[in-house]
Amino acid sequence: MVRFQNVGMRYGLGPEVLHDVNLHLAPGSFNFLSGASGAGKSSLLKLIYLACRPSRGLITLFDADIATLPRNALPPIRRRIGVVFQDFRLLDHLSVLDNVALPLRVAGARRNEIGDHARELLRWVGLDDCMDALPPTLSGGQKQRVAIARAVITRPQLLVADEPTGNVDDSIAMRLLRLFEELNRLGTTVLIATHNENLIRRTAHPHYHLSDGELTGPLHHGETVPRTAAAPAEGHG
Amino acid sequence: MLWRARDLALDSDPARRFLPWLLAMIVFLAGIALAGMMSLSAAVERWDTGLSGTLTVQLPAPARGAGNREVEAAIAALMRAPGVTRAHALDARETATLLEPWLGTGALMDDLPLPRLIDVRIRADAKPDIEGLTALVRAAVPGAVIDDHKKSLDRLIALARTAELVAGAIVLLVVIAAIATVIFITRTGLAMHAGGIEILHLIGAADSYVARQFQGQALELALRGGVIGLALTALTVFGLGRAAAALGSGLLPDLSLGPAQWAALAGVPVAVALIGMITARITVLRALKALP
Repeated sequence: MVRFQNVGMRYGLGPEVLHDVNLHLAPGSFNFLSGASGAGKSSLLKLIYLACRPSRGLITLFDADIATLPRNALPPIRRRIGVVFQDFRLLDHLSVLDNVALPLRVAGARRNEIGDHARELLRWVGLDDCMDALPPTLSGGQKQRVAIARAVITRPQLLVADEPTGNVDDSIAMRLLRLFEELNRLGTTVLIATHNENLIRRTAHPHYHLSDGELTGPLHHGETVPRTAAAPAEGHG
Repeated sequence: MLWRARDLALDSDPARRFLPWLLAMIVFLAGIALAGMMSLSAAVERWDTGLSGTLTVQLPAPARGAGNREVEAAIAALMRAPGVTRAHALDARETATLLEPWLGTGALMDDLPLPRLIDVRIRADAKPDIEGLTALVRAAVPGAVIDDHKKSLDRLIALARTAELVAGAIVLLVVIAAIATVIFITRTGLAMHAGGIEILHLIGAADSYVARQFQGQALELALRGGVIGLALTALTVFGLGRAAAALGSGLLPDLSLGPAQWAALAGVPVAVALIGMITARITVLRALKALP
């Protein structure tokens, strides 16, 4: 599904933010990505959802070498990946329903299917009473759920979520986690980036740890981050 | 709600307010230039058709001796020349009608020593020898002058063609101005909606999907402006035509347009709208190449 081999990344001419990252996400797996703020979690996710290109190394997504694909071959691959952004990235002028329906419209789905599917999904995330509301009128938790609904409406093969529980309390965080697990049971590969160690400890899913751009893992339930990897991360708080 | 909304909030752009008016002015200028160009073309066509294959022979005024006998002698000489099919002497009333735009009507005409004019028709394939013909007519009526219209007509046509070129250049400049305006406004829109465009891009929208948002807006605004511009053009052309007709002067060419010319004018806003749409699409596609 996702394979990184010795991947390095830098922004422009700046310092490298990811060094020699090796990662393999098997189809249908559920994974966490932990690390302190600034460790490189978002950069790693950006490489997966094709918002950035690596400065070195090899990335294989859905058995395709990303570096060799022409630019016009990337949109269909992006449509196979659902992304929950840390800052939601909802379109403020569109209603909740239109925001959720956006990936289906982009994918060219039929009009009647889009409306029914979007409404059904909003009911699933508990937002059926605010379908016509505009994002600025929603709470952080509601926006988060809209973002999740938008990310999963196309039934992506891979779901990437950047701090999806960062703006909600523990009970809602667990509810969202159950939602991701439900999707995973339906066959979606899931990668959740979080600095919420409690969330990781409360499940048995493997997790990767990023510290100063270096990736460790997969770590399984009960395994702790090796000191060499953990120490610098703790320094960042 | 699901389908009425644009994915990008282009409707809230400030450009949306002034672009139709800007394009209305552009269409108005292009329309006026085009109407002028078409009027001139039609006038040149009429002059060319009306005057080719004709000559005018001018005999000295009767006071100096050009009476009916001289006219008949000149006509007889003309009819002997190769290629001449008809020679018709204009009577005093016809001559007065010709001079009316310059001299007006009234008794003055009777007091002037007007020359006698003979309208000569030449076979279409004949190339008359003007010098030989002049010598022939002068042998019959001394002092006769032949005007083959060609020199004056050529000068007039050259002037009209120059005016047409100027009008064509104006249309070209106006098109360039329309393209530049749409490029500027599209680029402003791209900068304003960079966040929304990035979201569309990341959820898998192809560049053409994003471009359709902008080209659709450009088409809509350009059509709106085009209709306003066309209405202003039609009013102006119609008004000028009426004013020229009311003046009733033979000095002014006919400024009225035919159905085909009106149809061409109606095509201006459509052309500007299509140019706007294509320009917006190309501008967006080029800009999106910068995204990964």
